[in-house]
Amino acid sequence: MSELLHVSSSPHIRSKATTSNIMLLVLIALLPATCFGIYLNGPYAAAIIAVSMIAAVGTEYLYEKLMHKKITVTDGSAAVTGLLLALNLPVSVPIWIPLIGSVFAILIVKQLFGGLGQNFMNPALAARCFLLISFASHMNDFSTNSWSANKIVDTVSGATPLAELKAGGTPLLTSMFAGTIKGTIGETSAAALLLGGIFLVVMKIIDLRIPLTYIGTFTVFYILFGGHGLDPYYIGAELCGGGLMLGAWFMATDYVTRPITRKGQYVYGIILGLLTGLFRIFGMSAEGVSYAIIFSNLLVPIIERCTRPSGFGINPQKGGKQA
Amino acid sequence: MEHKILQKNSPLERLYNGIIKENPTFVMMIGMCPTLAVTTSVINGIGMGLTTAVILTASNVMIAALRKCIPDGVRMPAYIGIVASFVTIVQFLLKAYLPDLNSSLGIYIPLIVVNCIILGRAEAFAGKNKVIPSLFDGIGMGLGFTLGLTCIAAFRELFGAGTLLGFQIMPAAYEPVNILIMAPGAFFVLAMLVALQNRIRSKSGKNTAGKESGCDKTGCAGCGNSACGGKM
Repeated sequence: MSELLHVSSSPHIRSKATTSNIMLLVLIALLPATCFGIYLNGPYAAAIIAVSMIAAVGTEYLYEKLMHKKITVTDGSAAVTGLLLALNLPVSVPIWIPLIGSVFAILIVKQLFGGLGQNFMNPALAARCFLLISFASHMNDFSTNSWSANKIVDTVSGATPLAELKAGGTPLLTSMFAGTIKGTIGETSAAALLLGGIFLVVMKIIDLRIPLTYIGTFTVFYILFGGHGLDPYYIGAELCGGGLMLGAWFMATDYVTRPITRKGQYVYGIILGLLTGLFRIFGMSAEGVSYAIIFSNLLVPIIERCTRPSGFGINPQKGGKQA
Repeated sequence: MEHKILQKNSPLERLYNGIIKENPTFVMMIGMCPTLAVTTSVINGIGMGLTTAVILTASNVMIAALRKCIPDGVRMPAYIGIVASFVTIVQFLLKAYLPDLNSSLGIYIPLIVVNCIILGRAEAFAGKNKVIPSLFDGIGMGLGFTLGLTCIAAFRELFGAGTLLGFQIMPAAYEPVNILIMAPGAFFVLAMLVALQNRIRSKSGKNTAGKESGCDKTGCAGCGNSACGGKM
């Protein structure tokens, strides 16, 4: 009898996906890029990654403990933020940089706005831009250390391949794809990042809408305004260089800071592509992915309002909200 | 509490009101434009605060003295005229005697004409009260504004440049967080100080009868303070 009355309210069919296993899959997807970063840059890169992740998780735990909130560190989102931040740092930074960055990302960008789901901007990228503005000399120092010097073949002192490209040089495309180039810990290997991206798509964590519109728009923009036309070498180098792959597959697709509507995601991808193109081609510096993403994050509420789908049965012509 | 004992509109009460109770920067949140823009160093903060305080005091006195002659319908243009005259005088003085401060504050000196604090005090206090209370209201509000600007500027200069009043305070190994003396830093520091101020205020206000910060009609769902859970 009691079993008959044991009825729960809808929904009755639930997805198995929870925040913690989604975050676990994202961590797994970042594994190839992380491992390659450590292989290329040596044990110090591992230390940066460890400090960044521990600081992110620790800050979240301490804040929630002190504020008497529910402890949510087990959902893994802080760990993902810490890892993404570390992958966005050059290996030559002093060890306090990831520490400050993670505290800023979790405390100011995420928790003060209400925790996971409430942050208006990708915490890892906001922290990267905070560090980039505050400690420009450290964040732009891409010099090789003793570990990576023998692995990075075409060593031009101080410049990343993108900067070299902008200055008129021609870095080797194959090493840009493989990742034996200068850059931040996790962004160098386009191959490893693509592998992780494909894993996320296969596991249905992300779909192709944002990454493909982003990369596609950027490519078209580059063909039109890059000054090299359809030359496949330059297109390939721009796609493999810098943070485009990391940004397009892992940062732009962040659940919290991307638009929720399908049309909105296409619009978001196009805006990302245009901004990245603008920053890279017409901007002062060679790279612009992180600024493009956090700037687009700010546009997300407007994009969502403009692309709201009309409800079933509501005639969009008559008073209903136009999709 | 202290301010309950203080007589209304007495000089001391006006000073207390301006500096602590209705501090323009941290409590009333007015005059934000110069607050965010010029607090890059302590000297700028103090300079801006004192300049505003002088103009505010003088215009408060003048407006209070003329309050019966100014027709209600044109009081705003009249107030602006009075404030603008004082701003012009003070700017000439700054140009003559403190040219460095004048150039570092730049456009924000002329902009004092439309500063919310000055027009706000003229409208809310000086236009309705006698000269002496208005004088102390101006001094109190001006010092409150100076205090607010100096606090923000001290944080920004100390952590953003490692100095205070131009002297190196932080050890040489300390790397200044440049973002703090740029525009975003102003917002970070202001937000932190306002939060800190609210925290202190909510603690010290617990044993008084006033339950201003209690729950509103919408209940916990509509309230921003989700951590309180109805305890306050």
